[in-house]
Amino acid sequence: MMTQIVFYVFAAVLVLSATMVVCARNPVHSVLFLILAFFNAAGLFLIAGAEFLAMTLVIVYVGAVAVLFLFVVMMLDVRFAQMREGVQRYAPIGAAVGGVLLVELIMAFTHWRVAGNIGQITHLVPSSPTRTNTAALGDVLYTHYIFLFQTCALVLLVAMIGAIVLTLRDRPTGRRQNIDRQHDRIPQESLEMLQVPLGAGVAAQGGFLRPHDSYDVAAVPGTYGTEAWRAREAAEQTQTALVVITPAQGAKGQDDE
Amino acid sequence: MADFFFHTVIGQILLIVLESLAVLVPLLLGVAYLTLAERKVMAAMQLRKGPNVNGPFGVLQAFADAIKMLTKETVIPSGANRMLFLFAPFLTFSLAMVAWAVIPTGNGLAIANINVGVLYLLAISSLGVYGILIAGWASNSKYAFLGGLRSAAQMVSYEVSIGLVIVSVLLAVGSLNLNDIVLAQRHVWFCLPMFPMFIVFFISALAETNRAPFDLPEGESELVAGFFVEYSALAFGLFFLGEYANMFLMSGMVSILFLGGWLPPLGIAPFTWIPGPLWLIAKILFCLFVFIWVRATFPRYRYDQLMRLGWKVFLPFSLAWMVLSAGFLMVTGLLPGGAG
Repeated sequence: MMTQIVFYVFAAVLVLSATMVVCARNPVHSVLFLILAFFNAAGLFLIAGAEFLAMTLVIVYVGAVAVLFLFVVMMLDVRFAQMREGVQRYAPIGAAVGGVLLVELIMAFTHWRVAGNIGQITHLVPSSPTRTNTAALGDVLYTHYIFLFQTCALVLLVAMIGAIVLTLRDRPTGRRQNIDRQHDRIPQESLEMLQVPLGAGVAAQGGFLRPHDSYDVAAVPGTYGTEAWRAREAAEQTQTALVVITPAQGAKGQDDE
Repeated sequence: MADFFFHTVIGQILLIVLESLAVLVPLLLGVAYLTLAERKVMAAMQLRKGPNVNGPFGVLQAFADAIKMLTKETVIPSGANRMLFLFAPFLTFSLAMVAWAVIPTGNGLAIANINVGVLYLLAISSLGVYGILIAGWASNSKYAFLGGLRSAAQMVSYEVSIGLVIVSVLLAVGSLNLNDIVLAQRHVWFCLPMFPMFIVFFISALAETNRAPFDLPEGESELVAGFFVEYSALAFGLFFLGEYANMFLMSGMVSILFLGGWLPPLGIAPFTWIPGPLWLIAKILFCLFVFIWVRATFPRYRYDQLMRLGWKVFLPFSLAWMVLSAGFLMVTGLLPGGAG
């Protein structure tokens, strides 16, 4: 009796929040309703006694996936007036897609049959009634379905690498941070002590000189550190600058190195 | 009497309420005094006196702060999303409270001794990010928003290494039940054989609770006060309490996963006289002291250094350690065979 009441509460809130995901005006509210829906689904899993699935749902979907959703949606610049304009045009298409999905789901569920001998498949039944469902899942997943399980993992790995390949661009002019460069940095490289004539000001000395080669070659090995400094020292004996600040480094605030 | 509590519906509900109060009242008192302890400890480390006006040694300072917080005006910024703005602090605060349902303070002494206790803790701590993200967005302020985004990225990053550390602990235990995890440390606490993981977990706990040196979401110098810049009065107080309750929770997790929970250091006479819950409290207090100690000692990390530490140092290291410990347990035959 109690379980049934709890079930209907979770199910009702789940359906309501799922509806609100579609109906909410504000996309951020939509994502928050989606999170509520995930939560109630986890509650339903708990009632079914699948505590591992419930917790995994919360950790994976609510704790990671929905955070990224929310992240992206919050940064969108949403104009409500513009959104309302589109409703007239896109409503029929949306309704059509929804209708097709609904019909398909009805067809799938009306023809759903559970095999009569499912209880006789020995590996699907936990070895002892005291076995927790976490352990029981592991028993099946890592023995009878190991190849399917590993394939799933591989698909995820490929997707992950794909995402990195698509977004990682190595531009020659990119001002990427090079940790080795920061650690190799020496005072002589970025600072030069000069004798300044009193009362003359620095403008006459050429002011602050920013070396032209510091932006584009930021990440090329051999252009920084002691080695580069010695090479440059040998190349140019005289320097007209008063103080040389390497902008790529100075701009990134490296006082703590 | 026992019959009433265990066999009638009203009795069972009453029992749960009483059990929750028995955990929450000391916890909230602890949180109130942690704020005082932090100021006192940091004052001592910096050769100051700290709060010493209200009551002897300033012990009433916590209550003075609470009364001040309650009587101030709640300011809601214009253009803020009212409901979410007020919802965020409640979420943060209540999440820090509900996680305590599974923390065992003695053998079997938890409000809910569930089979997936560790996963429950992981789930609750991964939800903590919502309070901050919602607060940042609903405030309608760029500082709060940037603070919220920073915090979300930080917490999600460090959850990964926390998860991997927990996996390597679970490999040695063979159960997701917090009670079993503590009992598995009867012979040796996990902080000894898994010392590197203990350190990684502790540092990740600092990042997860947004504490110094990882308190970038607050970043007074650049973001004013981060995600709660627009909050005042009770709403701010709830965030404040939530943060400190989260510190308690993380210290509790460190104690249970690595410091043997309620177990005494040695199972011999003078140690076993002290009851288990007191041992747990002592361990939690020690962890909290280290939290404060770290705050008084280290400067704040730069954001890219923080991300680098999380993704390029802790993640590969804890992953390698997990594989190594799995191999070691397998070879030596110490791997627990999936305890019921």
